Amino acid sequence: MSGSSTGPVVGQNKRTNFLLGLLSWVIALIFFFPVFWMVLNGFKEEIDANADPKLFFDPTTRQFDEVTSQTQGLLGFSEAFYNSFWAVLISTVLVMVLAIPAAYALSIRPVAKWRDVLFFFISTKFLPIVAAILPLWILARDLDLLNTRLVLIILYTAMNLPLAVWMLRSFFSEVPRELIEAAQIDGAKLRGQITSIILPIVAPGLAATALLCVIFAWNEFFLAVQLNPVDGSTVPIWVTSNVSTRGNFLAKLSAASTLATLPVVLAGWVAQKRMIRGLAMGAIK
Amino acid sequence: MAEVRYEKATRIYPGTEIPAVDSLDLDIADGELLVLVGPSGSGKSTALRMLAGLEFVDRGSVYIGDQDVTLSAPQDRDIAMVFQNYALYPSMTVAANMGFALKQQGVSKEERAKRVREAAKILDLEEYLERKPKNLSGGQRQRVAMGRAIVREPQVFLMDEPLSNLDAKLRVQTRTQLADLQARLGVTTVYVTHDQVEAMTMGHRVAVLKDGILQQVAAPRELYRRPVNRFVAGFIGSPAMNLVDVEVSSELLQLAGEDVPLDADVAHALRNGFGGSSTVGIRPEHLALAAEGIPGRVSVVEELGSESFVHVVVKHEGDDLVIVVRDEGETDTARGDDVHVGFRGPVHVFDPDGARLGD
Repeated sequence: MSGSSTGPVVGQNKRTNFLLGLLSWVIALIFFFPVFWMVLNGFKEEIDANADPKLFFDPTTRQFDEVTSQTQGLLGFSEAFYNSFWAVLISTVLVMVLAIPAAYALSIRPVAKWRDVLFFFISTKFLPIVAAILPLWILARDLDLLNTRLVLIILYTAMNLPLAVWMLRSFFSEVPRELIEAAQIDGAKLRGQITSIILPIVAPGLAATALLCVIFAWNEFFLAVQLNPVDGSTVPIWVTSNVSTRGNFLAKLSAASTLATLPVVLAGWVAQKRMIRGLAMGAIK
Repeated sequence: MAEVRYEKATRIYPGTEIPAVDSLDLDIADGELLVLVGPSGSGKSTALRMLAGLEFVDRGSVYIGDQDVTLSAPQDRDIAMVFQNYALYPSMTVAANMGFALKQQGVSKEERAKRVREAAKILDLEEYLERKPKNLSGGQRQRVAMGRAIVREPQVFLMDEPLSNLDAKLRVQTRTQLADLQARLGVTTVYVTHDQVEAMTMGHRVAVLKDGILQQVAAPRELYRRPVNRFVAGFIGSPAMNLVDVEVSSELLQLAGEDVPLDADVAHALRNGFGGSSTVGIRPEHLALAAEGIPGRVSVVEELGSESFVHVVVKHEGDDLVIVVRDEGETDTARGDDVHVGFRGPVHVFDPDGARLGD
């Protein structure tokens, strides 16, 4: 909380607020600058992008045309987006479908030893993914899942599920107990309680959780590059395929990265209002 | 509509040894408004929740009508409950809140709308039907919570301190409306409150609980006239009854040096009775400032307009003791006055265990 206390030193408070505001803008701009530079570079010719930084140049969409039309490595633009879209969408839907009942069973009507269960969920994230990649790869090979979209859907679901369960559990815990009791007395069965009462209340939390799952799955690189580097691979792989050993590629890479960022930014923008409320939900009574 | 019966109903919360509700035996008649009253932790809410099915019954049984509902789910008990914080569904309009239970029962849309409108009319909520709960005042929310209960026409209403979130004036107003509504609908009602004034003004009968144990269940007047023990005597009545520990010597009890007038049966009980101390209880309205009686000095005068309560410090068995005396409104008595306190009404006597002596 910022110091909005009403005292005799109003003037001083005003100045402090102004300075704090200025500081946050400066910090925000510093953080945002690389992104800004990336977008800017995407609209430059390679020669300008690689020259000394210059702000004024003739903008061109040539790099965007090129990265979307040419297949640099093994993967085309539309193919990668198509693969990413489905891997992200299906894994996120699966995560939510599985996490909602799990969160219910860990908060509203806790199962026995729910603390241990909760710890188990998060413990699956303890192992660095690098350490698990070899067994995963062997499993995927033996199940004939290498280079399929399915392997990514399965792994993204598994990867995001613990996080989603944890987040949703904390949102579910905020639902007043009396509301569920009132619904019970009003004759609502379990499904009715969840769909009519609980889910509408935690909708902001659902939006925030789903958005995080989308972001993590969309940006996932390591699993995709190890298990699915060929056909059926995803946008992050496509972005790196624009790194070339011949000639300059900074502008092209910037254009590709900008395109790869757009869907997430878009999703974030759509969910923003709901998400902020969702993230802040636990903070205020 | 139905009668309600608790039979040795006991609830022991997991991890505790002492029952929150201990062998509760209670019969509630069809159409009766029974108030469960007690201080916090007395088990009154737990008892209500046992009837609602929200709390497990460890021992004993609970009946609604002829049906043993001890193990039934809340959904299957045909009851409606009003919660202290109203528990309105925040994502639904007032109409949807009120119609939710009917929807669960599969009542048709037209029928639902009709019954919601009727209930809204009774509660003066017609113009708010399309609003969300967050856009209502506290009093309106309370009425919606009531509406949600009456739309259902259930067998039993359960009310868990439904007025405690209202401001004082609205609470008094709503109290009478609620009692009137209950009488008109004739639905058996169990009403929980910690406020003894609410209990006395609303209840057809009042059940007083303490530490999970039923102390007394009686009509308000009976409870006031004939409290069965020291706890009920002190709990019922506002301001509270003066309760003074008195050494027993023969059949006379002396309060601050004055003989306490005793009923024959109390005197008889004392004569055949016990040594040690007993407790004398006298309501403020059964004392008066008089020309003679117990001498004392006024420490506080509480003027309520129609009446006033005078706190008098007297010497009792060597110690200072404050007794509260009811006086007329607009009294001339002031702090520091030397006064005498006389008896002018019934005196209650309780034995060392707190049980009432005599009739």
